Amino acid sequence: MKQEMSDPVMAFDGNELWTIHYRVFRYKRSSGKPHYDKFNVEIAPHETVLDGLEKIWAFQDRSLTFRHACHHASCGSCGIRVNGVEKLPCIVPIREVTRDGGTVLCEPLRNFPLVSDLVVDLGQFYRRLEEAHFQIIRSSEPIERDEHESSNVHTRFENCIECGLCVSACPVSGTDGLYFGPAALAASWRMIQEPRGVDPLSVRSNADQEHGCWRCHVAFECSEVCPSNVDPAAAIMALRQDLLKRKLLRLFQRGDHDRA
Amino acid sequence: MTEHEERRVRKTLAWLDMAGRKAGTWAFLLNRLTGLGLLLYLLLHLGVLSLLAMGEMQWDAFIALARSPLFLVLDVVLIFGILYHGLNGIRVALVGMGIGVRWQKGIFWTLMGLGVLLLAITGWLVFTM
Ligand code: SF4
Ligand code: FES
Repeated sequence: MKQEMSDPVMAFDGNELWTIHYRVFRYKRSSGKPHYDKFNVEIAPHETVLDGLEKIWAFQDRSLTFRHACHHASCGSCGIRVNGVEKLPCIVPIREVTRDGGTVLCEPLRNFPLVSDLVVDLGQFYRRLEEAHFQIIRSSEPIERDEHESSNVHTRFENCIECGLCVSACPVSGTDGLYFGPAALAASWRMIQEPRGVDPLSVRSNADQEHGCWRCHVAFECSEVCPSNVDPAAAIMALRQDLLKRKLLRLFQRGDHDRA
Repeated sequence: MTEHEERRVRKTLAWLDMAGRKAGTWAFLLNRLTGLGLLLYLLLHLGVLSLLAMGEMQWDAFIALARSPLFLVLDVVLIFGILYHGLNGIRVALVGMGIGVRWQKGIFWTLMGLGVLLLAITGWLVFTM
């Protein structure tokens, strides 16, 4: 549940500065053990958690690594855990997670290989989206594609911003490294709903595997943290229902054949 | 420990990583723990039944032990495990087939409410009958 913190716009003072203690997870491959570093940051309550990290990088420690690009929840690159919960720090104001003099804990996403400090390796995560046959097209463009056209002219017009927060929140992704994960399965369901030239049967058979949609244990954590309202858990359940219906249908049809 | 074993341990411990997690993971964790507990109980139960083959003496001694207050508390723990695993199982089975997905939280808490009620009644019966 979202925590309502302090004042709304009413009490907003543009010049107010808070002193926040950032506790930041640190890890470099070269220098062994992970640990936490503490930084004190002067920051306005309406500034974001990412703003604070940038201040640390700019004025205190140039070796701090974290990822970001758009600053407005659309590139999906900045995902970390803020006070334990998966969030896009570019859209989380300081006042939403702490108060003046408080602490903000910043840690990398779970269930991904660690690269450096707050940066994790999303390579396999992206590959799984590809394996789900996720096709990227502008909704205003015709679905047929020119064979010679490279795929990078297509721009995403989807809800999923591929941030990986759902995979970090998912307890099954923690236990089973082969599990496709919520985002890839939600992508599969999208492709079944709207195939965009892809064969829905191949999407179904990809999802219909031990480490595919059947591996989910219905914890619904993915949908709790998704910043883009994808509701991956509901997509996985829809996928299952669809597959189950088909399996049952096939079973009965086979029964008919036997009788005939 | 080999690297493979180490990874295994880490993955199993990932069950217990509750930081930042909501009721869904608690439900999932408790389901696994009660599942393991019920399996253990089943094995114990079969073991205890084999006492029957060893004659009246052993069996009567066991029955006397089973009437002790500590044992009755364990009975209530067992009933909790059965109720939780079964009732949450109803939610997981329904929602897992795509039924009631939108109301899954409501379904969960309703079933849990029912579970508390049933636990109170059966607990009372265990100690008074
Ligand atoms: S489904 Fe949501 S949480 Fe998962 S990658 Fe897409 S936008 Fe991020
Ligand atoms: S910086 Fe792009 S989503 Fe946060």
